[in-house]
Amino acid sequence: MTKSYQEIPLTPISDTPSTVNITGLWRVMMPVVDREKCKKCTICWKFCPDVAVKLVGGVPEIDYQYCKGCGICAAECPSKCIVMVKEGEQ
Amino acid sequence: MRMVMTGNYASAYGAKLARAEVIAAYPITPQTSIVEKLAEFVATGELKAKFIPVESEHSAMAACIAAQTAGARTYTATSSHGLTLMHEVLMWASGARLPIVMTNVSRAMAPPWSVWVDHMDSIAQRDTGWLQFFCQSNQEVLDTIIMAYKVCESSGVMLPAMIIEDAFILSHTSEPVDVPEQQLVDSFLPAYSPDLKIEVGKARGFGSLVKPDQYMEFRYKAMLAMKEAHDRILRVEQEFKHVFGREHGGLLERYRCENAETVLVTAGSVAATAKDVVDALRANGQRVGLARIRAFRPFPHDEIRSLASKLEGIAVLDRSYTFGAAGAMFTEVKASVYSCQKRPVMKNYIAGLGGRDITPKILERIFEDIQVIAKRGAEDEVEWVDVAGLPRRWR
Amino acid sequence: MGKTTIPEDEFTYPGSTGCPGCGANLVMRYLLKGLGERTIVSIPACCWAVMPGYWPSNCLKVPLLYTAFEATGAAISGLRAALDVKGVDDVTVVGFAGDGGTVDIGLQALSGAAERRTDAIYVMYDNEAYMNTGIQRSGSTPWGAWTTTTPVGSSHGFKHETKKDIMTIMQAHRIPYAATVSPAFPEDFIKKVEKAKSIKGFKFIHALSPCPPGWKTSPSLSVEIARLAVDTRVFPLYEIEDGKVRITRKGKGLPLVDYLKVQGRFQHLTKPEIAEMQKGVDDSWIMLLLKESSGT
Repeated sequence: MTKSYQEIPLTPISDTPSTVNITGLWRVMMPVVDREKCKKCTICWKFCPDVAVKLVGGVPEIDYQYCKGCGICAAECPSKCIVMVKEGEQ
Repeated sequence: MRMVMTGNYASAYGAKLARAEVIAAYPITPQTSIVEKLAEFVATGELKAKFIPVESEHSAMAACIAAQTAGARTYTATSSHGLTLMHEVLMWASGARLPIVMTNVSRAMAPPWSVWVDHMDSIAQRDTGWLQFFCQSNQEVLDTIIMAYKVCESSGVMLPAMIIEDAFILSHTSEPVDVPEQQLVDSFLPAYSPDLKIEVGKARGFGSLVKPDQYMEFRYKAMLAMKEAHDRILRVEQEFKHVFGREHGGLLERYRCENAETVLVTAGSVAATAKDVVDALRANGQRVGLARIRAFRPFPHDEIRSLASKLEGIAVLDRSYTFGAAGAMFTEVKASVYSCQKRPVMKNYIAGLGGRDITPKILERIFEDIQVIAKRGAEDEVEWVDVAGLPRRWR
Repeated sequence: MGKTTIPEDEFTYPGSTGCPGCGANLVMRYLLKGLGERTIVSIPACCWAVMPGYWPSNCLKVPLLYTAFEATGAAISGLRAALDVKGVDDVTVVGFAGDGGTVDIGLQALSGAAERRTDAIYVMYDNEAYMNTGIQRSGSTPWGAWTTTTPVGSSHGFKHETKKDIMTIMQAHRIPYAATVSPAFPEDFIKKVEKAKSIKGFKFIHALSPCPPGWKTSPSLSVEIARLAVDTRVFPLYEIEDGKVRITRKGKGLPLVDYLKVQGRFQHLTKPEIAEMQKGVDDSWIMLLLKESSGT
C-alpha cells in the first residue's frame, strides 16, 4: 500500500522489525527435529543464519514462519536428528 | 569586528561562527585557505570541532553525511573537480535531507586545466537538490553561510546548501568584512537539533531501499521543501537584517530596475562590476538595470516574472555553458518569462569562462547590444563574448 | 549439554531477505553478538543493503546508516567524529561492507580511515565477488573461480588474477588489530570481535562469507564450506595484533581439492590447475607460519 507523502518521513527511515517478511514462504524443504534423539548440543541454534531456531529447554524449535529451509541445521547436527523433508510432508 | 579578509577566510569565519562541529575536507586550489584556516581554528581550540582530513572530496561529503545523520552540524568546502567528484554524494546529501553547508569556490573544469573563475562546476550541480547561492562579495559569503544554516536546518526545509565564491576574484581578494560577535550569531542560530538522527538504543535504518510504488513520494517531499526554501530564505534574511543590520537582496537582487527598459541578469562577482556600469549608463540617460541571481536554487521564478513583465529586453550573462543547449541561467530565466503576458526580448551572453576577465567595457557593449536588440528583436539568441576569431569586438 | 558456547542475545531479527544459507547472515549475527547494543553499523551498497528488507523493514536491532558504495571508510570516520564532538565514547562504530566495496571501489576510503586511525571496526564480509549485482568478479575473487565476468568458455577465461591480500594491505597501514574469521568457528569469531571492541583505533575483520548462488553450492553446506576453507588453509584463521601475526586455528591441513570439489564455481579446473592452486595455498601458509615465528 503506497503511503501518502504526508505520512512518510523525510527520508526512508526503517524502524519496523523485519519479522514482517514471512520468509518461511520461500521454503521448498523443511527441517524436522527428532526430539528424542536430540542431545541438546545447541549447534543447530548456533548455525542458523536466520535466527529461526529457538532453544526451548535446550531443544531446538524451528520457527517455520521464517525458516527458509536452507538445511544448515540438518547438515551440522552431530546426532543427525534433524531431517530435511519436502515442504508439507511431516 | 571589522577586518580585511579574503573570501576564503570569510568562509572559514562563517563556518566558525556557525559553530560547525564536524569538518571533513580535501584540499583543492583555490579553496585551500578555507580549510587551512579552519584547521588552525580547531588546532588552537577557537573552534570546538572535529576536523577530518579525508583522502578525497567524495569522502569529504560522505563523512559529512554520516556525521550529520548522527546529529552534528557539518561543513566542507571544495571547488571544480572536487565538487564534480562529489556529485554522487551531493545527490545523497539532499535525498537524505541533511542540512549540510558547503562553500564551493567556483572554478573552471578541465581539460583544459584552469584554476580560474567559471561557473560550470556549480551549474553542473543544479539537479542535485542543493540550495545554491552565488555571492558577490566576501561579506556576503560570511553572512550567507550563517543564514544558510538557519534556512536549511528549519524543519520545513532540511536540504543542503552550497555558497559559491568566484575563484580568485573573491576567494583570494581581500575586502573589508564585518565579522559579527559570536554571541550575536549564537542568538541568531541555535544549535543543530534534528527530529530524527542516529541514536544508540533506537534501531533505525537511514536511507533504506524503497520500491517503485513509494519512491516518488519521497522526492515529492523534497520538492515541497525546496519550494518552502524560497520563502524561508526571505524570512531568514529579514531576521538577519534585524540582528546584524545587513541584507544581500533575497533570491534576486535588483539594482536600479525601477523604470528600467533593459536589465542584465547575471550571478557572482561580475554583478558588482555591472552595477558600476549601470551607474555610468544611467548617468548617460540609459534606462538600464541589473538583476543579480543570488539564489539559483531555488530559482527565483516569481521574481523574474514580475521583473520581466515590465521590461523591453533582458540580457542574461552566463559564466558557464550547457553544451547542446544554452547558458543554464538564460534557459531558466527564459522558462520563467514564458508565462508572462508581455514577454521581453531575451539574449544569452556567454562570457568569462576559465577566468576570462569581464571588463566594464564588455558589459557596456552587452548593454548596448541588448538595447538595440530590444528595439528590433533578437536574431542570435546565444552569443559568445570576447572569443578570439569571432568578428565582433568587445574590448 | 544445553549450554550455548556463544552469547545468547540476538541482535538480528528473522525475516532478513538474504538467500537461504547466506554466510553473510551468520557474519552479521556473530558480529553483533560480540558487540552488543551500543553499536552503530554503516552499510554501503552490497547484499546487506538489501537484506534488511524494503523500507520500513529492518532486521538489525542497532542503528544502521546506509551509504553510497565506496564511502564506508569515510562514513565511519564521520560517525566517530560526530560521537567525539558530542562527547559520546562508549559506542562501537562499525563499517560493514562486502569485498567489492572494500578491496576495489572502497579501498581508497578504507585506506584513509585506517591512516587516520579512526576508532572503528571495519568488517569486510567476503563472498568473493560482486554478489548483490549478480556474481561479477571482484579483486577478492580467488584465482580459478568462475564468475559472470570471468566465465569459463573455450578460452578458459576464469579469473586469472590472484585474490587481493587485504590483510597484508591492512598490516601495512600499521593498524592495532586485524583478524580473519570464519562463520564455521563462531567462538573464535566472537572472541576476536570482543578483542577488537576493546582496542582503541582502527580494527579490521576479514570474514569469509560463503554464498550459495555465487559459489554454486548447496545452501546446507555454507558452514561446512567455511570450515573446509580453514581446514584446507585457503582461509587461515589468524590475528595481526600490533603488527605480530598469531594463528588462532591451524586447521587440519586437508587437500585443497576437498574445498574445491563442493563448489560449482571451481568445477572446470583441470588437475594441473588445481595442483598450481594447491602450491599457492601451501606457499601462503608457509609465509604465514614464517611471519608468525619471526614475530612480524
